[in-house]
Parts: sequence; structure tokens; C-alpha cells
Amino acid sequence: MPGWATASELAGRLRSRELGCVELTRETLNRIEEDPGGLGAFLSSDRGEALRAAEEAQRMLDAGTAGPLTGVPLAVKDNICVAEGVTTAGSRLLENFVSPYDATVIEKCREAGMVIVGKTNLDEFGMGSSNENSAFGPVRNPWNPALTAGGSSGGSAAAVAAGIVPLSLGSDTGGSIRFPAALCGIVGFKPTYGRVSRRGLVAFASSLDQIGPFARSVEDAALLAHTISGDDPREARMRTEAPISLGGLRDRPLSGLRLAWPQQLAGPEVQPSIRATFEVAISRLIEAGCTCEEVDLPMIRHGVSTYYIIAPSEASSNLARYDGIRFGRQVEGTDHVATVAKTRGALLGHEVKLRIIAGTYALSAGYHDAYFAKAQRVRQRMTLEMDEVLAQYDLIVSPTSPVVAFPIGSAEMDHLTLKQLDLCTIPANLGGYPSLSLPCGLAEGLPVGLGLTAQRGMDESLLAAAWSMEQELGSVMPPSDAGGVR
Amino acid sequence: MAWMSISIEEVLEAAKLARLELAEDELVQFQGELDALLGHFRDFQNLSDTEVLDALGAELPFNVWAPDLVASSLGQAFALRNAPRTRAGLFIVPTVLED
Repeated sequence: MPGWATASELAGRLRSRELGCVELTRETLNRIEEDPGGLGAFLSSDRGEALRAAEEAQRMLDAGTAGPLTGVPLAVKDNICVAEGVTTAGSRLLENFVSPYDATVIEKCREAGMVIVGKTNLDEFGMGSSNENSAFGPVRNPWNPALTAGGSSGGSAAAVAAGIVPLSLGSDTGGSIRFPAALCGIVGFKPTYGRVSRRGLVAFASSLDQIGPFARSVEDAALLAHTISGDDPREARMRTEAPISLGGLRDRPLSGLRLAWPQQLAGPEVQPSIRATFEVAISRLIEAGCTCEEVDLPMIRHGVSTYYIIAPSEASSNLARYDGIRFGRQVEGTDHVATVAKTRGALLGHEVKLRIIAGTYALSAGYHDAYFAKAQRVRQRMTLEMDEVLAQYDLIVSPTSPVVAFPIGSAEMDHLTLKQLDLCTIPANLGGYPSLSLPCGLAEGLPVGLGLTAQRGMDESLLAAAWSMEQELGSVMPPSDAGGVR
Repeated sequence: MAWMSISIEEVLEAAKLARLELAEDELVQFQGELDALLGHFRDFQNLSDTEVLDALGAELPFNVWAPDLVASSLGQAFALRNAPRTRAGLFIVPTVLED
């Protein structure tokens, strides 16, 4: 299997019988077991179940009932439930937790004949930007294994970037799909809040969490987004019953596309080399017919602060369920309260405990109005400002990440610095907007992501614009002679 | 609102509310990190109410209602299979009240 074949190419070869589903699945499982480059991208893989799914996919192909992704291997972030498999969420507390049911996105992928080949590494409960908060070790970047793959969906990003799988699923609460996608040089897409069901996703911050795809091309990302989106009567926050449509994906010319570049996302936080690559990409898009204007979005500069009040507050509530009584491991105490406190104290990681305490503090009597209530008002104001800009422009653009991939264990990346790396991705979560990271070139020999954000519900327009930009900008691939893994 | 450092007692109280047992050295570390976290991310507190209250037209939070219908649920066996301790089809919960 060519490591860099896209899912669309692989699906075509499966349909033409040039390749068999079982053969493709077996090769993929072998790659997962080999763990090329020692990336640490996968936490588990069920060979027997994957081969059974591949046989079923082959039957669909033989019967002529195959869809566009039938037989294509899929890796799944280990905070998305896959029935009868372990779902750890990157935590010691859940290392033996067996999912009692499939998440809705998994049900939809199975119906489409996709083959789930493994669960991928992540920052514990999705909390982190470098995958160093996983209880099971960090994920290394296929471009250079000494560097981080980004987080929190680091395993899903590295698995696609290394050519182990063509597609994967991640979750994005403050940039956890788009940030690692940018650091690994692939496409990462966070759909509009409410267009993809979160049922079966281990909840972090419920007003922000969204499941989405990683892919090597925009077309592949659109195919997987189409597959996982749409109606779910068991998800209360679905925005529409309609799945993300594939019609018109190739019909959005760059000519006349109006881009807005917030100056608040162009400050000194952005590395000069990133800014230079980003500006070259924007120049090429302008030459191809786009317009790009600098805009003022004053509230965006408060995005990270707002996020680090709201997300921990919601997490402190969501993670209260991990009591060591109903599921997960338990550390016994003298009574009920002591057992719960000992279990959580011993088995949750440092960053998760920090955020739970921060959220509990921000919600507690005497501080609620100063922190949580104020943050919610800032969030609404920021959303209003972004709505106004998106009424005049098609897309908000910025670098996805202000930095290129950085060394694992970097002393410069303390917990505060890491949190500020999400400054360009967080606004889309706070407003519920669809947002995508598209590879747009290299800086210091490493990939740079172009962040694109559209109005809520305009997922199709965003994907179509990204597809046209991809034709103009091309993709980036890890050099085989630079220590990277193909 | 001027920023005030978070005390060890406040961290301890929040940890107690959150049901988190922390070791002594952990408590000191969390005080420093929490102080830095909330202290650093407080810039929006300098915004006046008039700046942030003028948000009419934004998509405000709204409640979502679902019909109250009887439907199938997880089932006892599935609900119990991940529990660390069970007996006779029930979760074992450590003592809540003394005799």
C-alpha cells in the first residue's frame, strides 16, 4: 500500500478490485504493530474485529452496495466509544473501561463500510496541545520524531501524516484537531457545533466539543465529514438533520472569495517564519483571485482567557462522573467521599486535576460572577463581532498555529505557554463555527497550517473553498530523507 | 477587579469540592499553577460591563428540550460491567453514613 495514497484513491482501487479489503486492512494492521518511527500514535488495535469488518466491506463491494469509503481503514481517537473495545481517553482512570456501545459517528462509519483499525493516543481527556499529557506517553511527529505531533488528537494526526491510515477521527474543544493537523502537515476539520453528533464522545467541555476528520486531502476530509454528520435523535444539540453535503465541493472558484485576516491573530505571538509562510500563501491566493483584507476583532484577544475559564468549568462538571464507583479503577478509602477523592487524586493526571480545580474555583460561590459569568458575556460579544465580519467576508483566515512543531519535553513550553498556542483556533470553538486547517507550506522545514473559519452552518462552502485553495497551494509531505516516516 | 493571589486554603477548598485528594507537595504546586493560570487569564475582567453586555444579536445559550418518552436503556449487565465492585446486580458503594 502506498503510504501516501488518499482515501479516495484507495476506495477507487478497492472498487476496481485492484486491491482487496482484507489485504488493505492486514497491511494497515501490520503498520500499526510495527509503529514506524516509534511514534506512539496508537493505544490499541483489535485485529480480529478489523478483519471481520474488512470481510463485510468486501461483501458490500461484491454486492454493489458500497459507498465512497467502503473498505477504507479508519483510526479513532481513544475518547470516542467503539463497542466492546477499551476507551481510555488517555487516562489511567479509564485504562480498563470497555465501551458498552458505539458512538454515533462510529455507527455511521460502520454503516458506510469503513474498517476501524485502532484507537489513537491523546492528551488525557483531550486536555493539552502537545500530547504530553497522555498517561500512555507522548506522540511523536512523523516529520521529526524528536518533535511533538501536537494535541490533543496527536495520535490521530500522526497516524495519517505517517501514512499508517488514510483517515482518522479526532475531537476539537479548543483546536485539538486543527492544531496537530497543522503541526503534522495534513488537513484537519472541525465542523459546525451541532452538525456531528457527540453521543459516545467522552465529554470534556460540552458547549465546545466537536468530532471531526483528519485526512491527507480536503476531498477525503469532506467524504468523512459527510459520513459522520447528520441526524441523531439521541443528541440534543443537533443543528440540522442534513449531513454535510458533497455537492459543489469542486465548484467554488477562488476568484471573488473574500478573506478577512484579524490583526489580533498577527501579533508577536506568531513566529516570524510562520507569518512569512502564511503571507506567501495568502499572496498566492490573491493572485488566484481572492481578496484579503485586515480586519479588527477586538474581543478575539480575550479568546484564550475566556476559554480557560469556560472549558475548565464545564470539565469540572463533566468529569465529576469519574468516581471509581460505576466505572474505571478504584482506590479504596475509609468511606464513600474518601474513596472518590483517593481514586481521582491517584488516577487523574496533573493537567486534568489542575483544570478541574480551576473550573471548580471559577464556579464556586463568590467567584462565579467574576469568572464564569463574565467569560460567558465576553464569549457572546466575541461571537457577535465574528458574525459581523462573516456577514461581509466568506472566511476568516490566520495561521492555525503560531509555532511550528516543537521538541517533546521542551522547557520553553511550560503549562501557560502551551495554553496560549491555541489563540488562533479557540475562537471557532467559542462561536461554534466550522473551521479547517489546510497545509500551506513549510517554515524551518516543518509544515504550516492555514486556518480557515466560516459562518455557522456553512461547512460545505468552507470545504469547497479549502478544496480550491488546496489545488492552488498543493500539499506538503514529510521528506523521506529527513528522519521522517512515510 | 484587582487580582488577588489564590491561597493554599482556597486551593484546598476547591479540591475538596471537586473530590480530589492532593498530597502536600502537590497542593503547593497547584497553588502556584492555579494562581498563574487564573492570574494570567483574567484580562477580560478589565472589560467594562458596557463593553461586554452589548451583545444583543449574538447566538445566546438556549435550552434544548426533548420529549419525555420511555425508551430502551443500557441494561443492567452493561451498566455494571465496568464497575470495580458489584454484588447481586448492584454497585457496591463504600460507607456513606456510619451506624
